Amino acid sequence: MTTLPDIKPITSDIHPAIEDMIDMPELLPNDQLPPFEGDRVIQYREALREAMSEEMRRDKRVFLLGEEVAEYNGAYKVSQGMLDEFGPERIIDTPISENGFAGMSIAAAMSGLRPIVEFMSWSFSFVAADPILNNAPKMLYMSGGQFGCPIVFRGNDGAGGQLASTHSWCVEALYANVPGLKMAIPSNPYDAKGLLKTAIRDPDPVFFLESERMLGDRAHVPEEEYYIPFGQARLAREGDAITLVSFGRPVNFCLQAAEKLAEEGIEVDVLDMRTIRPLDIDSIIERVKITNKILVVDQSWPFASIASEVVTQICERCFDWLDAPPARLNTVDVPTPYAKDLEYDYLPNPDRIYEAVKQQVGAQ
Amino acid sequence: MTQAPAQSSKASDMTDKSDYDHTPPTTEQKLEWLRVMQLIREFENRTMQAYQQAKIGGFCHIYTGQEACAVGTIGSVNHDDPVVTAYRDHGHALARGMTPEACMAEMFGKIHGCAKGKGGSMHMFDKPNWLFGGHGIVGAQTPLGAGLAFAEKYKLEVLGEGKKKVTLCYLGDGAIDQGAFHEALNYVSVHNIPVIFIIENNGYSMGTAIHRHTANADNLISRGQSYGIDSIEIDGLDIVDLYNEFKPFAERCRETSRPGFVDLKTYRYQGHSMSDPQKYRTKDEVDTYKEKDSIARLLSQLIESGDFSEDDWKALQKDIKAQVKAAMDFAENSPAPEANELYTDVYANPEKNLSPTTEYNHGLNNPLL
Repeated sequence: MTTLPDIKPITSDIHPAIEDMIDMPELLPNDQLPPFEGDRVIQYREALREAMSEEMRRDKRVFLLGEEVAEYNGAYKVSQGMLDEFGPERIIDTPISENGFAGMSIAAAMSGLRPIVEFMSWSFSFVAADPILNNAPKMLYMSGGQFGCPIVFRGNDGAGGQLASTHSWCVEALYANVPGLKMAIPSNPYDAKGLLKTAIRDPDPVFFLESERMLGDRAHVPEEEYYIPFGQARLAREGDAITLVSFGRPVNFCLQAAEKLAEEGIEVDVLDMRTIRPLDIDSIIERVKITNKILVVDQSWPFASIASEVVTQICERCFDWLDAPPARLNTVDVPTPYAKDLEYDYLPNPDRIYEAVKQQVGAQ
Repeated sequence: MTQAPAQSSKASDMTDKSDYDHTPPTTEQKLEWLRVMQLIREFENRTMQAYQQAKIGGFCHIYTGQEACAVGTIGSVNHDDPVVTAYRDHGHALARGMTPEACMAEMFGKIHGCAKGKGGSMHMFDKPNWLFGGHGIVGAQTPLGAGLAFAEKYKLEVLGEGKKKVTLCYLGDGAIDQGAFHEALNYVSVHNIPVIFIIENNGYSMGTAIHRHTANADNLISRGQSYGIDSIEIDGLDIVDLYNEFKPFAERCRETSRPGFVDLKTYRYQGHSMSDPQKYRTKDEVDTYKEKDSIARLLSQLIESGDFSEDDWKALQKDIKAQVKAAMDFAENSPAPEANELYTDVYANPEKNLSPTTEYNHGLNNPLL
């Protein structure tokens, strides 16, 4: 019989499948990142573009592919000007074939390239569900550690503006269920740049959820290069009455509600989670120990949602610190309506957050 | 030799082979093909036994009858040309150079398997041999084939490294009905990606005969042609003819950076999978094809030409039996993965808090790496 070869433990931090591909930058804690406030004000979409362009200048293996990303300059102008700088070999227009180009990009990642795949909307990712769920997050495991899949899928997530139910998907609860992938969801321009740069450098598949409604948001974005570590929440507002935990666009709704509550003397925490997988449960626990109350604000539907997961983890990890049952506020459990006022009521909007906080703060 | 000649002339308007020098296969090549085809056949015989003994679990698809397809096409390209295939993948793995030990140990779910027992029969991966899987979802490997070819082209044109390559992407005739395949065909034609989609056309999509599952079943290459892709039909039961047709075709795709489509006509002797009672076809039909067996055909050619003798054949069969027996023993003796392997290879960069219940780590190094 052929001799059984020795199989040795992998001792390095870096998995051998991606050893030749990986070059993670040093990741710094929040207090060592460049200041969040400042006067270099640009749009969210420009912050995304800056992240991609910086990484593409650094590493020729990085390329951007998707519908209308090149000659049209991006359906939402995220990739405006990138074709001019990087040329058609690296800024690649695709046919409207999400299944085809997502699968293709996954194999390119297995081969050692670093694709960024733009979905015009995450609502269109369902026709690519097989490659993005069956291939990207499982390739390393299924191949017994031979092939990694360093890829970023990014695009608009959540309600746009009266786009009705097929175009308004929040995919986070559906997709975050799958082990092997990571998920980032920036709520502001500063995070959009810093998280996308980390996503591009990360050796695992990253689902990067943006929002059409935030692309025009303007805020300070440092000109320098910086990488926001995954799994590191930011305390966007500090209070003592309750901790609001949120992700992506609803973080801004929470901040709006917090302003109104402050006028009434109710000071609330707003914790911007930044990434869903990994989930910075440690920061949540830290704040719960101070405020003893929690409301999770989540733009996915309530059943088996991200909020469900957060509430479960809180109950498992810091139940004794709670003064009231942990609460969640989700999108209303119906398909997304078209009519403007109905769409507003459907979302976890500032008014609903305000009401929910009042109820929670009143509860003992 | 009653097999009708393949109608490769159908595509002659698009495929001018005269541009590419082609040398017919040498005796050494043919002898090597005979060895590998017989290795696959013997390996699959043992696979079926092991499956019946419940040493192999899950779905298991046997390659017997189709050996010339993998051996002839893989034998026409370079070792570093990427290959990706579907779930009937043992033959491609062995033809690519995976050891029978790693292949069988994988099916036994053992740590010395090519994927440490995490993939099984349908998911054979072998990085050193440029095999990118074994994929279980019908048609899912076709966009992957496009991406492998895209990546090699990108490396050459943008990174300035590597060389001109051609990628082989295998699929069954059932997969041609999948949307993913059509998206892949469209993309590679628009973007000039050098991948060859090789339809191993065994006449059945699981139990559904080709005329019942696909339109225009007598003219599959029209599907490739409709996307402007060079498309040929090849008799997949005669490995010498196959090589003489396929080799220049592959070189043309490589040199011109264009995709290709091959309707490779073949037949499987066993059921779709190990659990198939085969009520959809007659024993006579199977016997008819067994008379055209690709191994027997090559063997008789070699004996007729005086390059091989009956005694040589007996010796070769004996050697291969011993080789596969050794692989069975190897698979039997390889340890099962330790419980810890459950949590490894999930993330290349396993950070904190990726899961509420599980900590991930890197586990053991696959001996293939």
